[in-house]
Amino acid sequence: MPSEKMLMRGSNVVGEAAVRAGCRYYFGYPITPQNELPEYLSARMLDVGGTFIQGESEVASINMVLGASAAGGRVMTSSSSPGISLKQEGISYMAGMELPAVIINMMRGGPGLGNISASAADYYQATRGGGHGDYRTPVLAPAGCQELAELTFVAFDMADKYRSPVMLLGDGLMGQVMEPVIFPDFIDLKDLPKKDWILNGCEGREPRAIFSMLLGQGELYHHNLDLQKKYDQITAEEQRWETKNTDDADIIVVAYGTAARIAESAMNDLRAEGLAIGLFRPITLWPFPSTAFRELAQNGRKVAVFELCLGQMVEDVVLSVGERAEIYFYGVPGGVIPTPAEVADFLRSVAKGDGEVGRRIDV
Amino acid sequence: MSAEVAYKQVFGWPDSLKKNPTHYCPGCGHSIVHRLVAECLDELGMREKTIGVPPVGCAVLAYNYFNFDMVEAPHGRALAVATGIKRVHPDKLVLTYQGDGDLAAIGTAETIHAANRGERITTIFINNAIYGMTGGQMAPTTVLGMNATTTPGGRDPRLHGNPIDISRMLAVSNGVVYVERCAVSSFKQIRKAKKAIKKAFQCQLDDLGFSIVELLSPCPTNWKMSPKAAWAWVNEEMVKTYPLGVIKDETGYEDKK
Ligand SMILES: Cc1ncc(C[n+]2csc(CCOP(=O)(O)OP(=O)(O)O)c2C)c(N)n1
Ligand code: SF4
Ligand SMILES: [Mg+2]
Repeated sequence: MPSEKMLMRGSNVVGEAAVRAGCRYYFGYPITPQNELPEYLSARMLDVGGTFIQGESEVASINMVLGASAAGGRVMTSSSSPGISLKQEGISYMAGMELPAVIINMMRGGPGLGNISASAADYYQATRGGGHGDYRTPVLAPAGCQELAELTFVAFDMADKYRSPVMLLGDGLMGQVMEPVIFPDFIDLKDLPKKDWILNGCEGREPRAIFSMLLGQGELYHHNLDLQKKYDQITAEEQRWETKNTDDADIIVVAYGTAARIAESAMNDLRAEGLAIGLFRPITLWPFPSTAFRELAQNGRKVAVFELCLGQMVEDVVLSVGERAEIYFYGVPGGVIPTPAEVADFLRSVAKGDGEVGRRIDV
Repeated sequence: MSAEVAYKQVFGWPDSLKKNPTHYCPGCGHSIVHRLVAECLDELGMREKTIGVPPVGCAVLAYNYFNFDMVEAPHGRALAVATGIKRVHPDKLVLTYQGDGDLAAIGTAETIHAANRGERITTIFINNAIYGMTGGQMAPTTVLGMNATTTPGGRDPRLHGNPIDISRMLAVSNGVVYVERCAVSSFKQIRKAKKAIKKAFQCQLDDLGFSIVELLSPCPTNWKMSPKAAWAWVNEEMVKTYPLGVIKDETGYEDKK
């Protein structure tokens, strides 16, 4: 049975959802703005007989995740931007070794130590691999507490299905904000699909080795092609998005996560003024929901991209739409959260085509 | 039928070792230590209940030689990976096998903290005072005056820092119950090393805490010595910086002579 409606902070929502989704191993290192998540899990794992370790660093934590995953555990780590940078080597190894895990990034302002306010400047890092080598990481972008809960479940299942690390990309605001949430029911660990590749001692079978180093003639070449097949399948089958008011829209705003919440408010205000604005909200950032978006962005509609950074997702919009539509961009960096009124100014400017707010993207 | 009575097998190929030729150079300490680890696991009956983590270093391919479950770790992170494994399978014997660069340079933090948490893991630490795999650069354990490809004229403490004695550093921690330094550069020392490795595993099986055996191990190739000269160099020179013996023993085991 799903839970009662509960009022909870975003970070805690992820923690509770992870436990309900069968996660019994958590390894992480404190960093603001996501500390409530490890704090929550340090207690919650005791209730459910799970493991919580505060690692000595993000590097150590992601490698504990690697080990627990190889051993067959449902495992998660969380951090915020600088810590996610440190995890990249481990994520690349896990991609190469095809090890499932869920990685939470509650993004903050960068580069460097930046600040602890909400930002969306890690889109490139999340969707382009981040670490070294030819690999992709599925990235899910919730836009509120209820979706944080639901996508945490999705992330664990995707990770196991594709034997891949999966990233849940939130931000500092989403981690802090309290919203009502109804949790899906606890899964029964016994119902999870059996993994026939894990390391649990070779009693009654041949020993297994899990590794990413492939030195034999053509081995790495073929491994990369196999990985690509998996990524092609994910691209074909896992694109997720949400649309609002797009049927009659002249302008489609594209925004994800917290930015989508702000854009939605701006859209509603402008609809009251008579401007036909619609919202396209990518939920998977990789794979970017190109197919659906390409359908929408035609018939003279304008595309208005809004991001909490100076323009990263806009590249995927351009890749999806090309020259079919005029594309405009408005972005706010450095952990500054614009008001819906500021985004509305951008959209009015797009409607007029006067270039006063934001900029036209030259394709 | 009398043959059954007449012959008793006294030596053979350990079950815990696959019948693959290794890629180690002639005279390399790694192959000796592989054999010792395998013999100990066989004698403890643990082969099928063991999960190992090789290093990035000359022993990176150890999963081709050891006949039990193994998972690769990024350079230096073996003890973090092993921690994850042990928490999922507390009933299994979990070991890491690491070189000096892996364990005491890039992986120092993971080493110290896993040991300090008292993870029920056993570490086999190959100290050859050099970066073998990458071709003979300075290791954290390179002894003073020793030539490495990045210490022209020999290791100078003012320029290159001092050789690190990580085993003694680890012994300070309450999480660590057993630390012994051995060598694989004489038959007598090899026999001692085997005893130490077995004891370190026993320590894990008895849930006592973290255990580590450091093995001074010849790398004739990068030391640019014959195997015989490399043995002599361990016995005469290397032991001056890294004296052999038990560094810490809180196992409470009565050592059977
Ligand atoms: C992140 C990273 N940095 C550097 C390397 C290159 N590298 C591989 S093995 C090694 C040193 C190995 O020396 P040691 O740990 O002493 O093992 P040995 O080969 O001597 O047994 C280095 C620097 C790497 N693989 N990964
Ligand atoms: S380079 Fe040295 S450590 Fe590596 S295999 Fe050869 S002798 Fe052994
Ligand atoms: Mg070495």
